[in-house]
Order: sequence, then structure tokens, then C-alpha cells
Amino acid sequence: MTWVNVVIQGVLLGGLYALYATGLSLVFGVMRLVNLAHGDLSIMGAFACLVLVGILDVNPLLSLVLVLPMIFVVGYLLQRLMLNFTLKGDDMRPLLATFGLSVIIQNGLLVGFSADSRGLDAGWIENASLSLGGGLAVGWFPLLTLVVAILVIVLLNSFLTRTRLGRAFRATSDDQEAARLMGIDNRHIYALAMGIALGIVALAGVFMGIRTTFTPGIGPARLIFAFEAVIMGGLGSSWGPWRVASHWAWPRRWASSSRRAGESS
Amino acid sequence: MLNLINGALKLNAGQIFLEGREITHTPQRERCRLGIGRTYQIPRPFEGMTVFENVLVGATHGRGRTERASHEGAVQALERAGLLPRANTVAGSLTLLDRKRLELARALATEPRLLLLDEIAGGLTEAEVDDLIGTIRSLRSEGVSIIWIEHIVRALLAVVDRLMAIDFGKLLVEGDPSQVICSPEVEHCYLGTERV
Repeated sequence: MTWVNVVIQGVLLGGLYALYATGLSLVFGVMRLVNLAHGDLSIMGAFACLVLVGILDVNPLLSLVLVLPMIFVVGYLLQRLMLNFTLKGDDMRPLLATFGLSVIIQNGLLVGFSADSRGLDAGWIENASLSLGGGLAVGWFPLLTLVVAILVIVLLNSFLTRTRLGRAFRATSDDQEAARLMGIDNRHIYALAMGIALGIVALAGVFMGIRTTFTPGIGPARLIFAFEAVIMGGLGSSWGPWRVASHWAWPRRWASSSRRAGESS
Repeated sequence: MLNLINGALKLNAGQIFLEGREITHTPQRERCRLGIGRTYQIPRPFEGMTVFENVLVGATHGRGRTERASHEGAVQALERAGLLPRANTVAGSLTLLDRKRLELARALATEPRLLLLDEIAGGLTEAEVDDLIGTIRSLRSEGVSIIWIEHIVRALLAVVDRLMAIDFGKLLVEGDPSQVICSPEVEHCYLGTERV
């Protein structure tokens, strides 16, 4: 049954990777911007959650009610006040700007929180599992992560295809000048897209912080997860990154289970 | 010239007025709300969206309305451009003729008071040009001002009140269409000689 377990755990882990990838995919899809600070911004979301949990003494999952709007505003302002100015001209500008932003966030977090590993305590749900029989069990928290990831993708898809604002996102993505001709403010649309993307990636950061530990320096590794899923799943695609993330998580789970088997023998 | 009027390009000198109001520094998206619509010479539909969605974007954002309030206007714009049967087709799969129709429908959905047409009759058959002339005549009769750049002189002469002949950005002659078309300057420019 090992391989069945690997597939199940891989799909569950794929939910977390899909959250990382969805934000990156949205930003690239709407404004062709590759955000190299994507992983660091997710870690920033985890640290924001850590601070709020410390102040308010609430469950990290409950703190998302405050963390997500805060990160949305950060994303909106970041795009409006900085990244929009990098979109005119060659492709190197946004790459350099977000690379610089990545360095600033990492060092800012190091100054503020030191290099110690941190974790978010979500209580019983972290270790609780649902037995499937035959020696198989599914953790409630990975299951919650997967459900949230699917919900985020479904909601984002519905937003893009069924709402007035979503159509403005797609129109701007297709042809920003023609969109302006139709009365659409593309700078506002870009800022909204970045706000939503950072909200999603902050969600991923908090889920990752509950699942494992995090330090100020692990953002780039999260970016790699997102990149792999987005590049293979299709830039700008909604479901592609999730499918790839799930497939890609299998070998990781396989390697992890083989390592444990090796250690115990 | 159309790019300057609709705000895609900035002026080096001079001013632009729309119904007495200066719009020289008005952003492109606001000019749409003020009533300037345009079509592109090479159609630029939102290729990933359906024909109806393309027009709906113009009707909602161009006029600052909700989608529900814009629905009827979008259907009318499609009907007028002869695209209603293809409303659910993805714009990226349209033929050149239908793309031109979509350009017109999308511009009409913004309910322009000044419509800028950029060689919209190019590539159409004689019968299609006749249809287009009918549509543009009806727009004019509703009070929409139209600036039309066109190489198909027959279509222009059938509709316009005033004709300007421009050669490499320089105004050659302007005025009554029948007089402009027969003027020595235009004949020299287009034919290389005067009519014998």
C-alpha cells in the first residue's frame, strides 16, 4: 500500500504547492510580471501571522481574517507605488526590482526576527488524522490545505470568468492598450491582481508555517516550488499548476517515505 | 492622428478639444468615458474572450455601468455590427471580416459621441462595404460625429460631409467631398498628373 499512500500524500502536499503557484500564475497571466520576491512575500505573510498570534493570542487560522486583508493592501500598494513603474520597458526591470525586494524582505525579517526557526501552532488539527483503513491515514490539516487550495482556484476561476472585474483582468491581460480604450484603468487592475496574488501566497505561507518550521531565508526555496508548478502547468493557467504540483509532490513523498523506511530498518 | 485624439500618443505641441472641453492631458481611459470610441486598422480583439464578452467589457467599463445594466447595450452593438449570431464564439478564432465587425461592435458598445474609424472598410467585399455604409449612415443620423480614415474612396464619398486629403502628415486640401476629390492637388498626389 506504500505507493497508494505516496499518491494520496503527494496530492495533499500538492495543495500547498498549488497555493504558492496560483498567485505567481495570476500575476504573470495578468501583467507578464515574474515576481522573484513571491516566496519571500509568502514568508512575510507567515511572520505577519506570527506577530498577530503573539499579540491577539488566537489560532493562526483565525488570524487569517486580519492577515489576508493586510497582505492584500501591501500587494496593492507595492504594485501601485513601485512595480507599475517597472512594467514599461524591457523585461529586466521587474526582475531586478523584485530581486531587490526579495533581498530587502529577507534581511528585514532577519533584523526583526533573527535567523531562528519559527512555527505556528494551530492546535489539535496539526496532528489529527482520518484513518482510511488498510494502514492508510490522511491528516486533517493537509486535507484542509488541499480543500482550501481547490476552493481558491475555483473562486479565482469564477471571479475571472463571471464578474465584471474579472473580465477587466482578462481584457488587460490580452491587450492593455485596447483595454484602456474600453475605459479600463490598467494600473488599478495590476495592483488588484498583485493584492489578490499576495493574499493567496500569504495563505500558503501561513499553511506552510503550521505544517513545518520557517526562517527568514527560505523564501527563495518556496519560489522554486511555485516556479516549477507554474512553468510546467502553464503560465497564466488556473488548474495547470495544481495538477503539476500534485504530480510533482509524489516523488517528494516517495523519497521522504523511502528515507523513513531506510532509517527504521 | 487617431492615436493623438484617443490618447494613445501624447502631443508635442497643440491642444485637443472635445465639445469645447480641453482633453489634451486627459488619460486614454477617461477619454473613452467622455465619449471617444475607436476601431483599430489591424483588429485587436481580446482573443481569449468570447465575442459577447469583448463587447460587454466595452459596455460596462466604457460607460461605468454594471454588467446587468450593460447587457442590452452589448446585444444592440452586436446586432448593429452583424455579429449577434457569433456572440458565443471565442474572438481569437474569428475571420478578418468578423474581427473588423467586432472592432466596430466594441466601439459602439462604449456609446461614443465621437467615433474614430481606422480603415474599417479595408478588405471587405463590395456588398459588405455597402452594409457598412448603411451602418455608418445610421450612426451619423443619430448624432455621432465620425472621423474616418479610409482608402476606399467610394465608401467615404457615400457618407462624409467633409473630406480632408493628407499626404505624409501634410494637409493637402479640405472641404466638400466632390470638390476635394477633383482638386488638382489630390489628383497630382494620387495619380501623379492632372486629369486630361
